Amino acid sequence: MDLSYSPEEIAFRDEVRAFLDEKLPKDLAEKIRRGGHPDKAEQEQWHAILNVRGWLAPNWPREFGGAEWNAVQRHIFEEECAFASAPRIVPFGLSMLAPVLMKFGSKEQCGHYLPRILDGTDWWCQGYSEPGAGSDLASLKTRAVREGDHYIVNGQKTWTTLGQYADWIFCLVRTDPNVKQQEGISFLLIDMNTPGVEVRPIILLDGTHEVNEVWFTDVKVPVENLVGEENKGWTYAKYLLTHERTNIAGVGFSEAGLASVKRMARAEMSGGKPLAVNPHFAARVAKVEIDLMAMATTNLRIISKAAVGQAPGVEASMLKVKGTIIRQEINDLARRAAGPYAMPFASELVEGDNDPIGPDYAGPVAAKYFNNRKLSIFGGSNEIQRGIIAKVKMGG
Amino acid sequence: MNFDLTEERQMLQDSLRRFLKDRYTTDTRNRIIDSDTGMSDEIWTALAELGVIGALFAEEQGGFGGAGFDISTVFEELGRAGVVEPFLDTAILGGGLIAALGDDAQKQMVEEVIGGGLHLAFAHGEPTSRYDLSRVETSAKSDGDGIVLNGRKAVVVNAEAAGRIIVSARESGDAGDEAGISLFLVPAGTDGMTLRGYPLMSGGRAAEVTLDEVRLPGSARLGAAGAAFPAIAAQVAAANVALAAEAMGAMETAVELTREYLMTRKQFGRPIGTFQALAHRYSDLLIEMEQARSAVINAAGHFADPARERDRHIASARNLIGRVGRLVAEESIQMHGGIAMTQEYELAHIAKRIVMTDHRLGDTDYHLERFIDLSAA
Ligand SMILES: Cc1cc2nc3c(=O)[nH]c(=O)nc-3n(C[C@H](O)[C@H](O)[C@H](O)COP(=O)(O)OP(=O)(O)OC[C@H]3O[C@@H](n4cnc5c(N)ncnc54)[C@H](O)[C@@H]3O)c2cc1C
Ligand SMILES: Cc1cc2nc3c(=O)[nH]c(=O)nc-3n(C[C@H](O)[C@H](O)[C@H](O)COP(=O)(O)OP(=O)(O)OC[C@H]3O[C@@H](n4cnc5c(N)ncnc54)[C@H](O)[C@@H]3O)c2cc1C
Repeated sequence: MDLSYSPEEIAFRDEVRAFLDEKLPKDLAEKIRRGGHPDKAEQEQWHAILNVRGWLAPNWPREFGGAEWNAVQRHIFEEECAFASAPRIVPFGLSMLAPVLMKFGSKEQCGHYLPRILDGTDWWCQGYSEPGAGSDLASLKTRAVREGDHYIVNGQKTWTTLGQYADWIFCLVRTDPNVKQQEGISFLLIDMNTPGVEVRPIILLDGTHEVNEVWFTDVKVPVENLVGEENKGWTYAKYLLTHERTNIAGVGFSEAGLASVKRMARAEMSGGKPLAVNPHFAARVAKVEIDLMAMATTNLRIISKAAVGQAPGVEASMLKVKGTIIRQEINDLARRAAGPYAMPFASELVEGDNDPIGPDYAGPVAAKYFNNRKLSIFGGSNEIQRGIIAKVKMGG
Repeated sequence: MNFDLTEERQMLQDSLRRFLKDRYTTDTRNRIIDSDTGMSDEIWTALAELGVIGALFAEEQGGFGGAGFDISTVFEELGRAGVVEPFLDTAILGGGLIAALGDDAQKQMVEEVIGGGLHLAFAHGEPTSRYDLSRVETSAKSDGDGIVLNGRKAVVVNAEAAGRIIVSARESGDAGDEAGISLFLVPAGTDGMTLRGYPLMSGGRAAEVTLDEVRLPGSARLGAAGAAFPAIAAQVAAANVALAAEAMGAMETAVELTREYLMTRKQFGRPIGTFQALAHRYSDLLIEMEQARSAVINAAGHFADPARERDRHIASARNLIGRVGRLVAEESIQMHGGIAMTQEYELAHIAKRIVMTDHRLGDTDYHLERFIDLSAA
């Protein structure tokens, strides 16, 4: 056991820091720090900057243009990016679809789509969930019927994150309704510009347009857009869900978030003293910090095991549950720290160049607290994760 | 002991609940939130006619209520429906302060408030005062017959709509002293007073209020010079009863929406409420709701006690409601899944009302500290 970074790892961290210092646009970092959301152009700009450096796809193999970092490197990178207020990397193409294509897609599909993911030609979104198929994903109903060289797709997806920006959507569709649910699902790539695809916004409780409904009416999809074999989509979908679990604990986000809570608590005054020395607030912060210190090590323990070829299975579920609890607790602390200045609903102030209403850190905290309730709901809810853990450990 | 509402309060509760159920739908409310003023004059007038404002004032003040249970009855219903109209600010804080301290001429305004014709706001908190009631740095200096105000007031709810803003300012002593604080009635549009308005996370609007050499006649003062603090503390106590009851009403809605959803939403071929992982958590919410209701009853029932006893019960209620409120809001969202994250679903607004209550007149920790202080012999 050795908990310290090796000299190589320290050098790597310094390299990442220097890169972020030099290349991360200052105004963009400032916007993220103030709780703003990168628009499409800003997101693409950041992806392009990373891509030039070869760091856009940390977990892709080198042959496809990835960085092929190990777990510790990925952790360092995520941590530094969070501290520097870099936009997060939009995961749908890079860390969801790409691994599926590499493992199950054809040579042509890899050759065509992977470079376009890296260079930003295609923005992907994820079409799994439906109104009736959330946790019970396998009950999905969107239908794809083969007619000659095409599938004809009808149905509706929902909660499609950033679908309003997307050029393509990877979908789970039902190709055989007459077999066991899981055995009649296929994995289909659909061009969002095809006639019959309609995107409708869903506004979330913090006022953001982050997710959408995507409707399909007689959408013609060429058969070569099928990934792998027909009716094997469930296997690929599960591979996708369990494969990309490196940043599932969000340790970098939590560390940056906690540091920001501490800064707030030093600036806020309570009863004539800094909030940071208020014993009740200090105890809340300390408890989360203790949890987070352990979580950071749990995270590295688990993902470094996965790096040498063992897929993190049930441990990924554990990281998800505990990681999201900690992140949400930090969001709650930030809200508390801001006091009355958490009350303004300042979306236009956060997004625009206007002066903040109270201290500049207070603007986004309430919105973020509410928005991040999603963390324990999406990607397999915490209840579903707990079910998986028990089932695996008790052999149910 | 008797835990039933009086007949009058029961009638008020029934009519208020019926009115809001019919008229204050999710759609209507969300339209109100999106509007420029963040409130509906029509709803305001109708509720005033229903006696909602009158119920918050004692008979000698021109109303027909004003007791702790009147306040809790009204605000529980406002909370249940997620009402964003500023009854707390205009009636409890603004109207209550005028009724407590005003001279005969000033008290005329209470009548206007009860009739629904006048809005008020209480500009007390400052950019660095957080929840500290005595930390007032805004200054009031005598200048001949008049007074000059200078300072900044933070997150003044309903300031833009208010015909009069009640501004607290220090005439003597240091920031943090209870003595030396006075209240002044400042008419909207007075020279030197500027408002920067904005919407609030949980609906309604507030403003940052800047006072730059604001000149007022001596008659603008409410009550005796430098002696306003006990009245402020009393109205804030009333407001805390209201906030606790409002949050509790909103929590009831959250739990009821959750119950309905658990019974109707199906996944894996069965209602999700049949999963014990959810059923037990729903049961926990019901158990905690009983605690919340009792805490509100305790606060309302001790509202007329001597200040220290009153405030100890009120601190206990706000602490408990703060804790249970967070649990109810978060668990209700979680048990709904994605649907609860959408703005158009009723729970989204209700959850925001519950959680954001924790940012008005003291959060859970502030009230815990108050409770500890007030419990010390
Ligand atoms: C902001 C956001 C972004 C999203 N982005 C995407 C996206 O880009 N693409 C996409 O495909 N999907 C996306 N989703 C959808 C997300 O994956 C689903 O919300 C999630 O799977 C839960 O489904 P549901 O919302 O239908 O809730 P439900 O499945 O209806 O669950 C409701 C409640 O029941 C619980 N529950 C369900 N089954 C069980 C059980 N067996 N035992 C115990 N408890 C149970 C759940 O945990 C939850 O608490 C997103 C969701 C959100 C909120
Ligand atoms: C100190 C003591 C005094 C007692 N006195 C009396 C007495 O005076 N008279 C009397 O009749 N009995 C008495 N009991 C017995 C008591 O009622 C039983 O212990 C109790 O009913 C639980 O049964 P069990 O111990 O067999 O545990 P089990 O029923 O085997 O339960 C084991 C665990 O499983 C949980 N569990 C069981 N079923 C479910 C379910 N459907 N869903 C979720 N969780 C479940 C339980 O909560 C528990 O955690 C006493 C027990 C103790 C320890």
